[in-house]
Amino acid sequence: MNADGHRAWNTRKLARQERLTRAIPFTRGKEVSPSRLVPLLEALLEPGDRVCLEGNNQKQADFLATALCACSPGQVHDLHLVQSVLALPEHMDLFERGIARRLDFSFSGPQSRRLARLVQARQIEIGAIHTYLELFGRYFMDLTPDVCLIAAQAVDASGNLYLGPNTEDTPVIVEATAFRNGVVLAQVNERLEQLPRVDIPADWVDFHVLAPSPCHVEPLFTRDPAHITEIQVLMAMMALRGIYAEYGVERLNHGIGYDTAAIELLLPTYGEALGLKGRVARHWALNPHPTLIPAIESGFVESVHSFGSEVGMEAYVAARPDVFFTGHDGSLRSNRAFCQVAGLYACDMFIGSTLQMDLQGNSSTATLGRITGFGGAPNMGSDARGRRHASAPWLKAGRERDAASEHMIQGRKLVVQTLETWHSPGQPAFVERLDAWQLRDDMGMALPPVMIYGDDVSHVVTEEGIANLLLCRTLEERAQAIRGVAGFTPVGCARDHRAVENLRDRGIIRRPEDLGIDVRQATRDLLAARSVKDLVRLSGGLYQPPKQFRNW
Amino acid sequence: MEHPALFGVVASGNLEVLVESGSDKTLCDFEVDTSAHGFAPVWQAVLEDFVTRYPVGGLKFSIHDAGATPAVVHLRLVQAFHSLDSGS
Repeated sequence: MNADGHRAWNTRKLARQERLTRAIPFTRGKEVSPSRLVPLLEALLEPGDRVCLEGNNQKQADFLATALCACSPGQVHDLHLVQSVLALPEHMDLFERGIARRLDFSFSGPQSRRLARLVQARQIEIGAIHTYLELFGRYFMDLTPDVCLIAAQAVDASGNLYLGPNTEDTPVIVEATAFRNGVVLAQVNERLEQLPRVDIPADWVDFHVLAPSPCHVEPLFTRDPAHITEIQVLMAMMALRGIYAEYGVERLNHGIGYDTAAIELLLPTYGEALGLKGRVARHWALNPHPTLIPAIESGFVESVHSFGSEVGMEAYVAARPDVFFTGHDGSLRSNRAFCQVAGLYACDMFIGSTLQMDLQGNSSTATLGRITGFGGAPNMGSDARGRRHASAPWLKAGRERDAASEHMIQGRKLVVQTLETWHSPGQPAFVERLDAWQLRDDMGMALPPVMIYGDDVSHVVTEEGIANLLLCRTLEERAQAIRGVAGFTPVGCARDHRAVENLRDRGIIRRPEDLGIDVRQATRDLLAARSVKDLVRLSGGLYQPPKQFRNW
Repeated sequence: MEHPALFGVVASGNLEVLVESGSDKTLCDFEVDTSAHGFAPVWQAVLEDFVTRYPVGGLKFSIHDAGATPAVVHLRLVQAFHSLDSGS
């Protein structure tokens, strides 16, 4: 090989031009008529292509998914899907029809059962289950899409895109595809003369098609306060006293469940009474949770950067630009990749619930017969070893872990798992062996799908108490600390009572009474909002909950 | 104690505890009516833990359970006991 031109250096560019040439009969400039979409996809795509069919946690390129499913498997087959979330039935249909064969992804919540069946029937090859950042990273390494099919709110005459509040993954997908000679096709909800703002510039976008109905967005982050139990209130009180106040956690991320919704709703009541305003929970990596409204209104929250948005929160967010990241047009600007980076490197604490925990503290949401994946939790819920800036909670956690070491000063993220000891009578949360192991065997996976590794977990909060795993010096101590908060589960009942009392004396296990908590106070009266209607009222009518959350 | 005191509600995943004076000051009586079957050892463990932690001699607890978790059972018992404690 030499500079005489024996080797072509622009094959990807030539391949792109060929695709665009094949597209000409089905397009008018960048505009695609909905009726020409299927033949366009058949012309554009080649067998074996890596395709990102934008599926986010919330926003779905549903019209493009339907069209891709309608392609002839004779022409379009063996695609390799590289997308963060499998949410729509069409995502699975693609594999059943032979249009797609291989998959690299992050999360499959609603399709987790069907995905497991496809794996067992050998109708799908899974490359790996990733965290969001990990998959995005691979978009720029070995999993760059050849074609991406994305969802946007609006397009203007020159082809610029406005993404609306649910930016989510779109920028990172387009960046990877457009700058490596891939093809970018967007479905849009509307065409506008003038966009509120430009989120994706026109010259990164090859085609756009007007979808017959607005793309589907799922309200995943709405937790109705009416469903929060007194046990969750009690655990929230313990977390606020034993962790938020104890460490002075100012920068944090919350999980999606009712446990953390309860904490959000206790900040303006119990948290305020403890004098925590201005001392904890000031900066957030979080979607606009409706249950955060009372804490925002009471002045606890200074800033929130979001992965996506939440249906119904648009007007409220637009009216609180000091708190949320917004465009000059006033509406929310979210970005999953950047918010995940914030959660990984700039948060001092992750707190979230889980389904199962073993005696090493490994926790998993995997259950038999379902492949759910991870989403962002493993990034949020892990100590970032590359972090180099100090903060008080990070240093304190590091000191607790390294008490005996004199070698180096290293901080530590707080990674807190909250879980009731029993999910229901007969279903304990603490187990000797995670279902994840069985799932690995059943599915022939390389790794058991563990969401958060035990050595990343710093604290376990249950209704029985808080176990501080940072202070445990041996694996045996760690196991007893976990048994010591595992309540009346078989794992909890098998505790060594003397060892547990010893851990309690050393402050490794703390009971409600050790934290100065009167369990009689643990009632729903402590919640700053007890219903969705309360949230609407506290937002001054700005929050407009979706129909399924209105019962008045 | 002059009147029996009632805590909680009979609703799915919850339970009701009625606490009243028993006949013998050295004994604590429990009457458990539950919709969930096969959890006798767990009930035993929850109640044993409760009587070792709280001085409940001379009291009778009647429990109507609708599938509450042990956490909820324990919380209701403690709430019921403390309410006597504070004289309400």
